[in-house]
Amino acid sequence: MRVVLLLVAVAALGLSACGEKEQVVVYKQGKYQGKPDNQSWSNDPLPAEYRGGTWTKGDRSSWEESIKKRQMTQNEYRRIGQ
Amino acid sequence: MARMKFLCDAERCIECNGCVTACKNENEVPWGVNRRRVVTINDGVVGAEKSISVACMHCSDAPCMAVCPVDCFYRTDDGVVLHDKDLCIGCGYCFYACPFGAPQFPQAGAFGLRGKMDKCTFCAGGPEPDRSEAEFRKYGRNRLAEGKLPACAEMCSTKALLGGDGDVIADIYRERVLRRGRGADLWGWSSAYGVRPGAQTPTPQPAPTTGKS
Repeated sequence: MRVVLLLVAVAALGLSACGEKEQVVVYKQGKYQGKPDNQSWSNDPLPAEYRGGTWTKGDRSSWEESIKKRQMTQNEYRRIGQ
Repeated sequence: MARMKFLCDAERCIECNGCVTACKNENEVPWGVNRRRVVTINDGVVGAEKSISVACMHCSDAPCMAVCPVDCFYRTDDGVVLHDKDLCIGCGYCFYACPFGAPQFPQAGAFGLRGKMDKCTFCAGGPEPDRSEAEFRKYGRNRLAEGKLPACAEMCSTKALLGGDGDVIADIYRERVLRRGRGADLWGWSSAYGVRPGAQTPTPQPAPTTGKS
């Protein structure tokens, strides 16, 4: 009985290292799953001479809109003539 | 919600290495570390030889994240896979797990001593204050926090390399394929994002016949 219990304990301990963490985005108090980082839209936009995007600080949708505009410059069928 | 992805159009890549140079310059990547590189597929096969630009694809279900023994990876709200160099022990597991060979290890000293892993950050920096000196030294420029796209994609002269929200770049690619009527195969897209080739990039339809020969 003791041997069986020991084997179960060893197996449980050994397999505990095989777990896989879920790859979900968790952002809490300036940290992503414990790693300190902040979100792109939480910054102020750069001054105009640096030709960055323009968005409202802290507003995710305005940052996404700005980056989307920039992405569309990769489409030469739309870009030419603008 | 933006999900940042890379897409390389093998029909357009001319192997100029502009993306590699842009990345090296923008992030001041040291010698021996190549966050991005251009590889040739079907090398030597006449008519089938293509070039593609490869780096970390920021996979939807990233194998590097799954195998890291110290759990140094994380995914941002934009879908960018980043890692914390303060936690990385340079074990190299992520290198073996990555289907794109993206993780790079600087040779930090004699006897093959390996440094901490370095990889493409989608120009999104890392776990340091955004646009700070510390972030630049460890991870490179944070262009996303400047409202810009990765330097490699923005510098690509033929626009073979597209970077940005998956939906937007897939739309650009779809339009391109329909106009040219060929070359719908996407290298690495299904491995990275779990989508069958053709599910997001339609097969071009033959042009309607006019009845004239």
